[in-house]
Amino acid sequence: MTGKVVTVTSGKGGVGKTTATANVGAALAQFGDKVVCIDADIGLRNLDVVLGLENRIVYDLVDVVEGRCRLRQAMIRDKRLPELYLIPAAQTRDKSAVSPSDMVRLCDELRPEFDWIMIDSPAGIERGFRNAIAPADVVLVVTNPEVSAVRDADRIIGLIESEEKGPARLVVNRIKPDMVRRGDMLAVEDVLELLAIELVGMIPDDEMVLTSSNRGTPVALDGKSKAGQAFRNIARRLRGEDVPFLSMDNEGGFLGKLVRRIRAGGD
Amino acid sequence: MTEIAWVEGTQDTSALVQIKGIREGLLVTVGDGAWDDIHRALLQHLDQQAGFLRGARLALDVGNHILKAADLGQLSKEFADRQLTLWAVLSSSPTTERSAQSFGLATRLGGRPRIERGVAPLDTALHGGESAVLVRRTLRSGFSLEHAGHVVIIGDVNPGAQVVASGNVVVWGRLRGLVHAGAEGDEKAVVCALDLSPTQLRIAGQIALAPKRRGKPQPEMARIINGQVVAEPWVPKREKL
Repeated sequence: MTGKVVTVTSGKGGVGKTTATANVGAALAQFGDKVVCIDADIGLRNLDVVLGLENRIVYDLVDVVEGRCRLRQAMIRDKRLPELYLIPAAQTRDKSAVSPSDMVRLCDELRPEFDWIMIDSPAGIERGFRNAIAPADVVLVVTNPEVSAVRDADRIIGLIESEEKGPARLVVNRIKPDMVRRGDMLAVEDVLELLAIELVGMIPDDEMVLTSSNRGTPVALDGKSKAGQAFRNIARRLRGEDVPFLSMDNEGGFLGKLVRRIRAGGD
Repeated sequence: MTEIAWVEGTQDTSALVQIKGIREGLLVTVGDGAWDDIHRALLQHLDQQAGFLRGARLALDVGNHILKAADLGQLSKEFADRQLTLWAVLSSSPTTERSAQSFGLATRLGGRPRIERGVAPLDTALHGGESAVLVRRTLRSGFSLEHAGHVVIIGDVNPGAQVVASGNVVVWGRLRGLVHAGAEGDEKAVVCALDLSPTQLRIAGQIALAPKRRGKPQPEMARIINGQVVAEPWVPKREKL
């Protein structure tokens, strides 16, 4: 088994990196793949909370890097999904406790045992971001349909390209179809036109995401939620399946519809 | 600061001189104290580690020490005598930084030019000694391309990216970032783009904001006419540059 390292990043904070990491990770594990999620946001850890594993942390990423424990000991196994593991971040240290080469070494050690290594990157373009993308095979760039988030995503994609990481794939999170229809929100096509990278997911804004994050149950495990469905679709696309995009309207529709909308919006 | 007593023949230099590996090679860090002592300790340390260091590229972090050009010259020579290359001097003292720069030494790590800091100009000599650079990629937010000559970009210039040229700028794509043509004062410089909607457009000393575009994008050329930046649609017939 040679696992793929998927780094989830965004530049801007609060666009849904951690949510995306937790949900795509959980969805991959639900499909039977072996997944480890690494929280690279040292000092501001969140992934453990979203996955509901906070109370089981004994060792963390920095303990592994500094040799205070074995890798195995820092891996927390999710009780709901036996194929899902978490390596939490340290809360009492900062980004400088880990170097990009530490991350590369760590992932090389994990690759033989896992199908997927999901890394939750911190916001920003500094050390923490460099750490997170150093071992990446695929980078998921998460953005929201708003100008500032898209601007930051553009910068991030530029940095990923200059580090020769990637390919970078785009996840547009928190889409409000009503606002898009009224012309008050950037449409996914507008975002795509600027960023010009492959789209791998469109997540509708969904209150369920928030409630399930608070409860520590990834929304992707909820069969009814539309956002959960969208996250599961990202996981399937990562696994190489050709999955049509969910329609953001409530009428049902496919990628072809998106293409038609791009054409219609072009004049 | 503690006084460091130096006794000739003391072997332990590790408190004063530390060597560690970094991405760019090796970084030598020296402690505080009188420069003469540090200097001596440094050389002794290098001699002790001669076998390990031979042929190495070293960066030297001198901390607060203030070094004159002569000091650095001597140091550089002493490094060379030991078959070591001194390529960078890091310092928190501006004087030392200046001396280092006058010697052509880097004063920052990661000094190798990164792509995000700009794109290396492809020097293409044209007749009349003008040079142009051709960039075949999209400039994303945070990229900056500066060139003394013309700039041709095949790709988009996204918002947050900037292009500064002393000559003309041609963008075969969407121009939505900041562009400055004729940056050294050439009022004849022009900016052309397939879709000319920059956040800001400057030609020589004139600054213009692109008006909100109505309708379909079309190729346009901006230039200075009667002291004002004017953008006009590109009409093949009317060609009198």
